[in-house]
Amino acid sequence: MTTTASSVASTTSAREVSGAKPPTVGRVSALTTHRWVRFGVRRLGRLVTSLAVLVTASFLMIHLIPGDPVRGALGPTAPTALVEARRESLGLNDPLLVQYWDYLRGLFTGDLGTSLTSQLPVADVVSQRLPATLTLALLGFLVAVAIAVPLGVVMGVVTRRGRGRRTELAFTTTSVVVGTVPDFLIGVGLVYVFGVHLGWLPVAGNATPDAYVLPVVALALGPAVILARIIRVEMVAVLEADFVRTARAKRLPARTIYLGHALPNALTAGLTICGLLLGSLVAGTVLVENVFAWPGLGRTIVSSILSKDYPVVQAIVLVYGVGVLLANTAVDVVLALLDPRSMIAED
Amino acid sequence: MARRWLAVVRTPLGLTTGLLVTAVLLLAVVAPILWSDRAEVVDTDQILAAPSGEHWAGTDSLGRDIFFRALVASRLSLELALVATVIGVAAGLLLGAAPLLLGRRLGRLVTAGVNIAVAFPGLLLALFFAVVFGVGATGAVLAIGLAGAPSFARLVHTLVAGVAALDYVSAARVAGVGRFRVLLRHVLPNIAEPLVVNATISAGGALLAFAGLSFLGLGVQAPAYDWGRLLFEGVGMIYVNPAAALAPGLAVLLAGLAFNLFGEVVAKGLGVTTVGGIRLPAATPARSGAERRSEAAKGEHLAMAPSDLVLDVRDLRVSFPGPAGPIRPVRGVTFSVRHGEALGVVGESGSGKSLTALAVARLIEEPGRVEASRMEFRGADLRDGASAHRHLLGTSMAMVFQDPMTSFNPTRRIGGQLAEVAFHHQGMTRKQALARAVERLDAVRVPDPAKRATQYPHEFSGGMRQRAMIGMGVMGTPSLIIADEPTTALDVTVQQQVLDLLQSIRDEDDVALVLISHDVTVVGEVCDRVLVMYAGRIVEDLPADRLDGGARHPYTRALVAAVPDMDTDLDQPLAVVPGRPVDPADVPSGCAFAARCPLADARCRAEDPPLEPAGDGSQVACWHAGEPLGLDGSTGVLVEVRTP
Repeated sequence: MTTTASSVASTTSAREVSGAKPPTVGRVSALTTHRWVRFGVRRLGRLVTSLAVLVTASFLMIHLIPGDPVRGALGPTAPTALVEARRESLGLNDPLLVQYWDYLRGLFTGDLGTSLTSQLPVADVVSQRLPATLTLALLGFLVAVAIAVPLGVVMGVVTRRGRGRRTELAFTTTSVVVGTVPDFLIGVGLVYVFGVHLGWLPVAGNATPDAYVLPVVALALGPAVILARIIRVEMVAVLEADFVRTARAKRLPARTIYLGHALPNALTAGLTICGLLLGSLVAGTVLVENVFAWPGLGRTIVSSILSKDYPVVQAIVLVYGVGVLLANTAVDVVLALLDPRSMIAED
Repeated sequence: MARRWLAVVRTPLGLTTGLLVTAVLLLAVVAPILWSDRAEVVDTDQILAAPSGEHWAGTDSLGRDIFFRALVASRLSLELALVATVIGVAAGLLLGAAPLLLGRRLGRLVTAGVNIAVAFPGLLLALFFAVVFGVGATGAVLAIGLAGAPSFARLVHTLVAGVAALDYVSAARVAGVGRFRVLLRHVLPNIAEPLVVNATISAGGALLAFAGLSFLGLGVQAPAYDWGRLLFEGVGMIYVNPAAALAPGLAVLLAGLAFNLFGEVVAKGLGVTTVGGIRLPAATPARSGAERRSEAAKGEHLAMAPSDLVLDVRDLRVSFPGPAGPIRPVRGVTFSVRHGEALGVVGESGSGKSLTALAVARLIEEPGRVEASRMEFRGADLRDGASAHRHLLGTSMAMVFQDPMTSFNPTRRIGGQLAEVAFHHQGMTRKQALARAVERLDAVRVPDPAKRATQYPHEFSGGMRQRAMIGMGVMGTPSLIIADEPTTALDVTVQQQVLDLLQSIRDEDDVALVLISHDVTVVGEVCDRVLVMYAGRIVEDLPADRLDGGARHPYTRALVAAVPDMDTDLDQPLAVVPGRPVDPADVPSGCAFAARCPLADARCRAEDPPLEPAGDGSQVACWHAGEPLGLDGSTGVLVEVRTP
């Protein structure tokens, strides 16, 4: 979790180092649309490059494994003929480039291959498991934001201009500690307290609405406090800004000053983190699903890794990767809408 | 370096986390030696026993003692985490230093790859590598190590970029020192500190991540056990013996937190250069007799008809808490502004002129304190606080700030920012308010106002922004505009336009103006009357046309003399007022200007002169008001000639 924050910091500095070009100043009328087009093209280009790398990596995964993956999956006792037949059907005997081409073609036609163990089409396995994981991740993200924004704003307002030093210390310490605890440990703790000890909530599956509570909380808590901490710091900084003084000089109601003027500016930094948090939240579902026996991709990928069902693993890694990339892109677009200047900073 | 680390470890948080890390390391060394046997004993009579005096955390499915297993597991858990960290740091170092090692083109390719990899969460990368390297402890170590590499590479890349530009590194490269040698001998020592700190943090992360992989069954395999493996086994029987899951969970949590927090504390401690010692301002002296007398004088002087006044301020004081008692940047200021009058306030930075304006506008926030014996704006007592007169202030008192660049909200359209005033204070709908905003932008001569209203502040030039700011002020029907250095941030040609605009608004609607500036010329040009402030007090109050030649206070005369004019010999260095402005935390007794004043004598240093009427409608606070300043009355010895 801490690497998340530090890598964000280095993202910015790396941008500075790489020397972002200042925007070319054109005619005022053309400027706005021009900028949006440039932003769209650049952002799409980055997405496509990342996707290409991801697809290639997931394709190569099966070839990077030392030894014969089919032999590994079927075990040392499987007859050679069967292994050979399976290799043939997977196309593993073709030249690498042909395999790569077939893999790409398969992806575009929705053919993700066949499971080595169950013989089911991988696409079916994924589409059956994906909704549960997606629901968990999205709910987790929403809950995290729903906790983080009000908490961050309130803490920012309370601790602005060096006020409430004790509150600040208590909040920062708590959030650093809670933010460091990995979600699966939070999950185990929640299972013990609310499942075993109090017996209030179910701890496995997703059959009933109340079964969602613990997994979602386990997933959301860490990102929530990290985000809240960042929003607080940003709020404190933004509340010192000249334009907040202007807003106060306009005698706007406190609510309008904090939510209408300060918050959007504080959120831009929070949103940048949101992209990374959303990504780590997607990955976090793997562990949380395994704590709560959640019938999603996370449990499938682990059991598939253990049973060496490589086509399934390949496909799920791809799905997670795409999820992360889409989340990052979505966050960048929202960021650009919220703060048009961020389009310029992008590079 | 060692001393700085030691300083960090001495802080309470550093000490606690440092001790915790030491304890974890010690445990990892000692535990397997002492308790390996007890952790391995299979007791078939005690399978899945609850915690008891004999087994503090109960037993597992083979009757083995969980407490001792959790202690012994520290060795393997820590070893694996540290090896993974070393792998991550080493791989990150090579990847991050790629531009240095491989040359620009290849280096850029590696950096691009790293940038893509960083976008993926570590756990996903770890899963990918775990598949490639196979299930088990070795595979997991490699997986977690390599998964951490991209973010480390990112860090190294940034750090190296900062160091590689240094002269001696360039020199070494020019001298033909090999690339690896440059990295090892010249670059690495310079980035070692942040690297070590970050490695400490990521060791904690690796510990927790490893527990995660083992928990999934992808890490350590039985019969070996680390904390993650114990947790994996424990969760399966959490209903039978919760301690079986809680004990290893707590252990890995404490250990992970210890490394992580210790690293964070050290990072924070080393990042902040320790301040040698905070300068303690002298205790604020009690109010002198002169101050009290000056209040009495003010009472007599201001016998104007109250209805004629827009603003009436008496004995205004602003203070902020300081490390040694309050700091008082404004110390008893009395003035008033008549309808349609333009009042200039001049003084050096730190004289309290801006704070006076902010105090009057009730924009000073806690912990700042504003006190006054009278503070009335159009008959409303502002001492009630700003919220009591929200609508009055929102529509009748306009503020124009120094930097139009930062005074607008960058995330909102100009039109919306203007419209807010009408929406909140004048009962207009959003649509009406926006129409009014466009109309006002037109009034302050912003071309194409309808289009401009839909633009963001960064699409405006500085002069246009300041116009829009003034337009915001005239959204209501102001009777007072307070402009705090409104032209300082603008270039000279635009300055004049903005001043003209303020002037024309004054003329049209009989609006009073308080113009704060350090620029005597600007004030002299625009204003009817001028207040000269020094060290939080008014030292002279005079008609603007008397500034040149008619000023009595030595400070005012120095300010005027320091202004270059057409006769100034530009080959000579420009004149400045000698000495330094007074530190508001440490105001001397007596006249605050005495230390810089050529007329100062013993009385000046002992007694603060009150602001007293000097005839012809002006007031001055000086024991030697109007006395000649040496040979040349206007410039004299006061103005020191200094090379810029």
